[in-house]
Amino acid sequence: MSPKSRSAAVSADKSTSKAGAQIIVDTLIDLGVDTMFGYCGGVVLPLFDRLYDAPIRVIVPRHEQGGCHMADGYARASGKVGVVIATSGPGACNLVTGLATALMDSVPLVALTGQVRTELIGNDAFQEADTTGITRSVTKYNSIVKDIKDLSRVIHEAFYIASTSRPGPVLVDIPVDIQVARYEADGPVKMDLPGYKVQTKGHTRQISATAAAINKSEKPVLYVGGGVVTANASEELRALAQKAHLPVTMTLMGLGAFDQNSPESLDMLGMHGSAYANYAVQECDLLIAIGARFDDRVTGKVKTFAPNAKIIHIDIDPTSISKNVIVDIPVVGDAKYILTELLKEVEFRERAAWFKRIAEWKKKLPFTYDKKVSTIKPQYVIEELCRQTKGEAIVTTGVGQNQMWAAQFFKFSRPRQFISSGGLGTMGYGLPAAIGAQIARPDATVIDIDGDHSFNMTMTELATAVEHKLPIKVCILNNGYMGMPRQWQELFYGKRYSCSCLQNPNYADVAKALGAAGETVEKKADVPKAIEKLLAEKRPCVFDFRIEREENVWPMVAAGKSLNEMDGLDILESMA
Amino acid sequence: MKHIISALVENKPGVLAHVAGMFAARAFNIDSLVVGRTEDPKLSRMTIVVVGDDRVVEQVRKQLAKIVPVVKVQDFAGQPMVARDLMLITISAPADKRPEILSLIEMFKGRVVDISTKQLMVEVSGPESKIEAFIDACKPYGIKNVARTGTIAMPRQGQAEVKS
Repeated sequence: MSPKSRSAAVSADKSTSKAGAQIIVDTLIDLGVDTMFGYCGGVVLPLFDRLYDAPIRVIVPRHEQGGCHMADGYARASGKVGVVIATSGPGACNLVTGLATALMDSVPLVALTGQVRTELIGNDAFQEADTTGITRSVTKYNSIVKDIKDLSRVIHEAFYIASTSRPGPVLVDIPVDIQVARYEADGPVKMDLPGYKVQTKGHTRQISATAAAINKSEKPVLYVGGGVVTANASEELRALAQKAHLPVTMTLMGLGAFDQNSPESLDMLGMHGSAYANYAVQECDLLIAIGARFDDRVTGKVKTFAPNAKIIHIDIDPTSISKNVIVDIPVVGDAKYILTELLKEVEFRERAAWFKRIAEWKKKLPFTYDKKVSTIKPQYVIEELCRQTKGEAIVTTGVGQNQMWAAQFFKFSRPRQFISSGGLGTMGYGLPAAIGAQIARPDATVIDIDGDHSFNMTMTELATAVEHKLPIKVCILNNGYMGMPRQWQELFYGKRYSCSCLQNPNYADVAKALGAAGETVEKKADVPKAIEKLLAEKRPCVFDFRIEREENVWPMVAAGKSLNEMDGLDILESMA
Repeated sequence: MKHIISALVENKPGVLAHVAGMFAARAFNIDSLVVGRTEDPKLSRMTIVVVGDDRVVEQVRKQLAKIVPVVKVQDFAGQPMVARDLMLITISAPADKRPEILSLIEMFKGRVVDISTKQLMVEVSGPESKIEAFIDACKPYGIKNVARTGTIAMPRQGQAEVKS
């Protein structure tokens, strides 16, 4: 056969069938994917080869964990499904923390992993890992494709499962021979999920019972979680709070679901929540939880949580209901749907005495700090960030004190504005999540409020931000400690700061070395100017704020205590 | 308290690992877990005996239903149902004891399935309590080995007990 006729034969073959890798790419395009995060490797080369010509932007992280958090930040900022690709073995293993983070916070994410050739599976082949086995407990669902006929269907199912009901990460493991094999599709893709039911509509009688309970209540509190953000139900929430005149407190994940500048806002509740939210919950006669899961960081001691309240729980996930706290009225369904229905039945009620009581707590015990000292207080940096961005920025965080201060002192008004690892508490989340968020929202100001040690964990991703010219702004609240462990060691371990103090690099130099802008801020008086400069910066930049080293997060409900048994109230009261 | 939960699951690889993994991860206490195909080749039935109070069992039921390839979950508590275990048991049976052992097997509607000079292998099926009682009754003769399936169960459609 002459070279010419051979190529004609190949193209004839190609016209009737497609390689697995091409099926993956075409399916992703069909599903509306235009951006994804992926790290190359031996067994995903066929896929990357097809992506070379595809209208999909691929962002390459410096570590798969970073890529997974980027896809997660992208999903949280955009409301779309985040997509991450990794190779087999070490690549797939490096996704685990990112998947667990997304699972705990119900983030729609699809992870595609390469796998060794089908016939090698189970033989300890080079770069083989039992990816579906390893990731089973950190995904909403996962599967391995062993037949090219199933490939497109399984990817469709992955997107559907990831983005519906209570969203979560779904992993699809694809052996390299499946990516190379050819298949001629025979008709449209039909999903086959007999066990997966999405219940969006809540029970009518339960919704009426909820409305009746709200109408009767003297001292109600709405307790709102990330589910309201996920369900895009913020408008309905605002309407409900106004129509029925209800105070609203949010979990860490719920921040942004309700405008914190509204008079009804009680800000965050829980371990480091506001004193007024915690008191209100402990004193209320009706607690309406929406898209929240009664996490131990919220409830404190479960036995004494909201002791006087009838509890209503609205959630799309039935397993969340009565898991930690027994509920009086369960309503299973989508928050947007249920709030819309509730709105029809609730009535306005003045509740003047209740709001007066709340206002007194707010006045007496606000979130505050010592403003007279000459050192840089982390809270001051955050307040200044909030002031200068007019509260409009998208904020991501690391985990620990930096995260709690960001939650306490930045006032969020819109959903998808605060992006933080709530459930798993993943250090190192802030920077890659900021990259994902900036890619999802190119016009937004994206600030990563980070801790020094959270930043240490994934700081190489700065190179990714530089490569893609993303103007993300990293503010390190640098106290030279793992702040939260240090605070606990101070309070509960006699100030024995075991292993919570490590030597840090000069972050400004690190930033510069990686191609970003970097600056160190050591004086309180320089903070406003520095932030001005940071916000004007068009490159990725790292501002290293050397904050007061032993500042604590107050108030604090120690583990095992009731919500109204807060430490640090005397400190807040003295500075109010 | 023991609850018998039945789950219809998709007959796919990894489903058992998913279900078992969920029990382990959530610290639920499994007494037994039995899987087998149903009349529909696409579905298997898992019968799971769980120990716990009503709240725990409620969570087990919901967490099971949440697993994507789990199609249907039923808790048989308070329902008329048939529950059976199957056991193979090897009993030490010297010639002089054999007549009384055989009459014991007869009483339990067991079946001798293997025989040697020193021992008998017996198949017994029935509710768990019957199996336990048979084990107790055999103890004086010397039990060599026991293999049990764990409980399988189905709800009764009719109300009357039909003896087999």
